[in-house]
Amino acid sequence: MAESPKTIDVEVLRYRPEQESEPVWQRYTVPYTDDMSVLQALQQIKDDQDGSLSFRWSCRMAICGSCGMMVNGKPHLSCQTFLRDLLPGPVRIEALAHFPIERDLVVSVDGFVKKLEGIKPYIIPKEPRTLAQGEYRQTPAQLEQFEQFSGCINCMLCYSACPQFGLDPSFAGPGVLALLHRYNADSRDGGQALRMEVLGSTEGVWNCTAVGYCSEVCPKGVDPANAVNQNKVNSAKDYFLRFLSPRGSKS
Amino acid sequence: MIETYQADVAIVGAGGAGLRAAIAVAQAHPELRIALVSKVYPMRSHTVAAEGGAAAVTQAHDSLEAHFHDTVAGGDWLCEQDVVDYFVGQAHEEMVQMEHWGCPWSRTADGRANVRAFGGMKIERTWFAADKTGFHMLHTLFQTSIQFPSIRRFDEHFCVDLMVDEGRVQGVLAIDIASGSFTLIQAKAVVIATGGAGRVFRENTNGGIVTGDGMALAYRHGVPLRDMEFVQYHPTCMPGTGLLFTEACRGEGGFLLNKDGYRYLQDYGLGPATPEPRNKAMELGPRDRLSQAYWHEKQKGRTLPGPHGDVVQLDLRHLGEAKLRERLPQIYELAVEYLGVDPAKTPIPVLPAVHYTMGGIVADGRTASTLPGLFSAGECSSVGIHGANRLGSNSLTELLVFGKLAGLEAAAFAKAAPAGDIATLARLAEAASQRALAVAERRGGGERIATLRREMAQSMEDGCGIYRTAATMQSTCDKLAELKQRLKNVQLDDHSRGWNTEWLLAIELGYLLDVAQAMAHSALERRESRGSHQRLDGFEQRDDVNFLKHSLATYAGDDAPRIGYGPVKITSSAPGTRAYGAAGEQAEAERKAKETNHG
Repeated sequence: MAESPKTIDVEVLRYRPEQESEPVWQRYTVPYTDDMSVLQALQQIKDDQDGSLSFRWSCRMAICGSCGMMVNGKPHLSCQTFLRDLLPGPVRIEALAHFPIERDLVVSVDGFVKKLEGIKPYIIPKEPRTLAQGEYRQTPAQLEQFEQFSGCINCMLCYSACPQFGLDPSFAGPGVLALLHRYNADSRDGGQALRMEVLGSTEGVWNCTAVGYCSEVCPKGVDPANAVNQNKVNSAKDYFLRFLSPRGSKS
Repeated sequence: MIETYQADVAIVGAGGAGLRAAIAVAQAHPELRIALVSKVYPMRSHTVAAEGGAAAVTQAHDSLEAHFHDTVAGGDWLCEQDVVDYFVGQAHEEMVQMEHWGCPWSRTADGRANVRAFGGMKIERTWFAADKTGFHMLHTLFQTSIQFPSIRRFDEHFCVDLMVDEGRVQGVLAIDIASGSFTLIQAKAVVIATGGAGRVFRENTNGGIVTGDGMALAYRHGVPLRDMEFVQYHPTCMPGTGLLFTEACRGEGGFLLNKDGYRYLQDYGLGPATPEPRNKAMELGPRDRLSQAYWHEKQKGRTLPGPHGDVVQLDLRHLGEAKLRERLPQIYELAVEYLGVDPAKTPIPVLPAVHYTMGGIVADGRTASTLPGLFSAGECSSVGIHGANRLGSNSLTELLVFGKLAGLEAAAFAKAAPAGDIATLARLAEAASQRALAVAERRGGGERIATLRREMAQSMEDGCGIYRTAATMQSTCDKLAELKQRLKNVQLDDHSRGWNTEWLLAIELGYLLDVAQAMAHSALERRESRGSHQRLDGFEQRDDVNFLKHSLATYAGDDAPRIGYGPVKITSSAPGTRAYGAAGEQAEAERKAKETNHG
């Protein structure tokens, strides 16, 4: 006789604005195996129990950044979080903290993307080069200056971890500031001065209170706290330098 | 009420190819309005999951001719050779362009872009960014695209139909996922860049979004899908989930071992087994051959049993932890976190899983389809460079070379095209929106989406896997016909409009089934073995007399697709013996000697 499968209870904070005026907890019992992720539990629910549960996911391998959510109160990628580590349950799942919920586990990403778009996250060449001239020379040491910060998958877990973003949604936040630093620290780039406006503004680095939880929850080891702090130094330099070379003067 | 946006060029899909197309249009024609439509935010697109690298001739001792020959032979001579010529010629400039845009390519000590070895490639020519090349390319392209104000993004907009009037495509209809409302995007030209369709198979490396949407959209409007029987199994994937362990594991020197710790590839015409990696031999053979070798090992009982099927071992131990952390950090992380295996100490259990659709929307060498105004690029497209088997690291380069070209061609078409009839387009959009809504409003059918999807995926694996027979393929064809009927009885749990992902899954299932039918019927009709299409029922050999031609599957509604054929463009490489390892080196020497003799 076959053994009956092991099960685990999964509680999901549901919110369907067309049906409910406020979020409600819903409990599901999910058959599981030790290699199953939280994402796979949600997929089991959607496929076989309740097709109305909404959540984002795609790659299943912690690189597309879609499936961030709160698991037992902490921000996680659900594809990279395993049920075996959450026994005996229940596992409590909510939408990422600090973001407006659109429905169920789906939060609004628009604000984050607008911030990302606002920091000029592209190479502004220090020395323009034609394609015929080939690639820029960049040594492994120069690559190392920014490589870590280029690893951000835009999953926004760090925003859910950031108390400052929770208090003030206009704060550029750890992920976007890490990306800003990624370009400033790239030997090919000369756009640091143009990006300083965001960096030194009230939405910028000075809003960070150095809690460091952002780096702790980052699934890719980007260490946004480190990026933010390096930029506090840059921003301070910029603040003092502006007395020597007034902004707006073209050098 | 359907909102309308007027664009000049609409691009469906914002992965590598779609973004590259959008940037090309924006740079060359800043006056053109570009609508970039994607069912996810661009950085979620499946390009993100590509690991190993992008091929372009780089080293002094390499040549375009060698890249051409590797690609054509790797595709078992089913490639469009003039298109391959263009592809290898454009590849390097696109890599440099990505470098100028900030892609963090891995470097040599003197600061040049580094290259690594890849399967089926004679010389190291694969540019890479550790083992996250697709991720870095996608984010670089997305971030670069932000500086162009003419690119208007429609993020999280799900495309449900092409608007076709007066014999040409004039826009697309999309659902705004957050609200469930419809947007008509009028355009004088449309580029489809929606990626592959690996989710039609059970065990696959693909993200959940890889559901063949754009292929199905074009197909339903009469554009043939070409060479759909050629589906690539990647040999080294995670049991159960199918997640990918990049070919770069072997490019860096990894071994494949059977249950006895034996490098079994030497038994399948890929040897000799040297301790140092040799290009185009053993573990650096092409993916079709390696996946087939796994199948034979399994038949011989030389694989290891596992909870998710029989496995072989990907042995990286001799590379050492430091090199693994530098060159293959994501692989390291996947093995440790998902499997609890430390690859510096223990071999990784792997098996083949579906990875890539070689075929796709028929495209001429300039990316145009048979429907005026419709272009395609990337995995959804069959522009002709992969033939019957794609070489690893050619597809990331393809996104760039043909994404750019598709953008430029679509822009040229848009500039010459007259304005469409707005009233007619609005009527078409209204009708298409009603068809889409009908899927969500159906009651009482009782079929569940997931049940149908699982039956489809299992049937494709059983019937159209690594080895195929007429009987298994026929039973898959029958099953797909049954599932298409049952699709009409799918009933949703969710009847709301905003973020109704179940509704989108139902529409995607329709796309998947249409694409699956094109694959299975094209496979059944190809009575030979070539590249990734291997038969066991009396058609074990390549048959150039009858099948050196492209299959063309044409949509026929509820009926099975009609399968026709088109010619293959041969320019300089006559079909020859496809050999690897020592046999390959000998064949190569003979080919060279022949060329020298003929002057």
